[in-house]
Amino acid sequence: MTLQDYHVTRSSNAARVAAILGAVALIILVAAPWWAGRADMRLMGELFLYLALASLWNLMAGYAGLVSVGQQAFVGFGGYMLFALTMFAGLHPIAAIVCAGVLGALVSIPVAVLIFRLRGAYFAIGTWVIAEVFRLGFAQISALGGGSGSSLPVAIVKSLASKRAMRESLSYWLALGAAVIVVTAVYLFLRSRKGLALTAIRDNELAAGSLGIDIWRTKFVVYVVTSALTAMIGALIFLQKLRISPDAAFSVNDWTAFVIFIVVIGGIGTIEGPIIGTLVFFALRETLADLGTIYLIVLGVVAIVMMLKAPKGIWGLIRRRYDLQLFPLGYRVIAPGKSDKS
Amino acid sequence: MDWLNAVVQGTLLGGLYALFAAGLSLIFGVMRLVNIGHGDFIVLAAYLGLTVTTATGLHPLLALIVVVPTMGVIGYVLQRGLLNQTLGDDLLPPLLVTFGLSVILQNGLLEVYSADPQKMEAGALETASFAVGGLNLGVLPVLTFAVAVAVIWGLQWTFYHTALGRAFRAVSDNQDIAQLMGLNRRHIFGVAMALALGVTAIAGILLGIRTSFDPSIGGGRLIFGFEAVIIGGLGNLWGTLAGGVILGVAQTVGAKIDPGWQILSGHLAFLFILAIRPNGLFPRISA
Repeated sequence: MTLQDYHVTRSSNAARVAAILGAVALIILVAAPWWAGRADMRLMGELFLYLALASLWNLMAGYAGLVSVGQQAFVGFGGYMLFALTMFAGLHPIAAIVCAGVLGALVSIPVAVLIFRLRGAYFAIGTWVIAEVFRLGFAQISALGGGSGSSLPVAIVKSLASKRAMRESLSYWLALGAAVIVVTAVYLFLRSRKGLALTAIRDNELAAGSLGIDIWRTKFVVYVVTSALTAMIGALIFLQKLRISPDAAFSVNDWTAFVIFIVVIGGIGTIEGPIIGTLVFFALRETLADLGTIYLIVLGVVAIVMMLKAPKGIWGLIRRRYDLQLFPLGYRVIAPGKSDKS
Repeated sequence: MDWLNAVVQGTLLGGLYALFAAGLSLIFGVMRLVNIGHGDFIVLAAYLGLTVTTATGLHPLLALIVVVPTMGVIGYVLQRGLLNQTLGDDLLPPLLVTFGLSVILQNGLLEVYSADPQKMEAGALETASFAVGGLNLGVLPVLTFAVAVAVIWGLQWTFYHTALGRAFRAVSDNQDIAQLMGLNRRHIFGVAMALALGVTAIAGILLGIRTSFDPSIGGGRLIFGFEAVIIGGLGNLWGTLAGGVILGVAQTVGAKIDPGWQILSGHLAFLFILAIRPNGLFPRISA
């Protein structure tokens, strides 16, 4: 038994099985317009958009240590850009979504330079101030309906597809595509050189810095990329809603509180966490939403208990017990003669 | 004269913001904790005041006798029962637990008191005013400002002239060594939170007399308090008062230019100061 007999691998049986199951699930989901009802498709579309928001927030908070309670700034910004670019610049909605992402990235640069001066929890509240500035600013623009908001003109909606069924399918596929792209992008990013730097920062910022990682720059890149993608998701959200107002676009409850619950319950700092969290969140919502405010109180209690008793969330509990990793990020050493047990 | 009036009214408004901020500043100074639910505790205090005044017919200012100790007890129990478990090197637990608390409080208040805006009746105090050199000053805003100065002076005195203040400074400097020296930091933190929520109670009652309130306004109050803390500089209580005044003046002057710009101009003033003086105007400790 020599050293050559040992080998290092990234993949595992669990990850291979998960990849196959994921591909099958994806094919079934793509075909949803042929087997699901209208209401179910709407719900799934919303679920995918929340999954995308949660994965992005998780990348920022769970890996880069940038705990933001102001991501609604970019959700709302993206939504408003969709409306402004289609209504005034005559862009096709899908082109407008892409432009919203680019503009989101441009806007996030000065924002990052400013609020990166704040540390930790003060950074969190600083992001909230930015979101409030965006909300109050957009409420001043009378061309976009001011404080009461505006609806997307029928002609623009029809430019997406002339038939309603086709429009609904298209908006569902856009949501599904967004979720797949975001999760894949997060996964590939974390496997890259930059992602390794980010994981090092997550584990120990001081040590990472002493190894020559430019911490400010890494966090800055994460913030700008996350903001751009969040703006695109925001544009998609309001393409589904067809109506925008400052209070809905920059709602801290809808676009930040729920997202935080999803990530905390699922497991922060893992790719699998937001996926599980989104499923749990929607299951809770569909069963308890009739309780109204009580439901939100329950969510708050669950999040607090989770944070105190299982800070790594549901996925953290599963992983501790079974040593699973569905999205292989880490490496493991396989001893000779022993088969890959997971 | 109109502009002078806006500046004076803004300064007095700043007193209220300093009261929002004092509790935040205190707990950050002692245990580096930022309570995201701080604004919702201000609203909770206002509702407690409302319940006391409607149940007993007391004047809102007399209701302070009940509300301040109640909030203090809530603070101590909360700190020892829940928040002490979240303190440590990791940033996330305190942040997310207080965020969860904020959601629970906001929806709990919604459940108990409904979403209708409420206001506390304070009789003649609400509208009384007096003239000084051509300006009319409301008695309530002047009283609020005086209370803010008194509270900050009181906190400052507690910090530097009492055994409790020495304990606060000791755990702030080094928790482990303070513990070795015979201080129970869990208890000290509890007392600090009790004191912070006691101040919050005063802020909540004065807010509830001044304007109408509903369960959803907590986030906005947290932001005002936070802005006052950052403008003034972390860990400096008199700086926090100055921060509140700058924020208040920015808001009233902004409202003078265009009523829709009131809150926005306060935020912009905050961002401007963050851009030119990242550590605030009078910093004492680094974050």
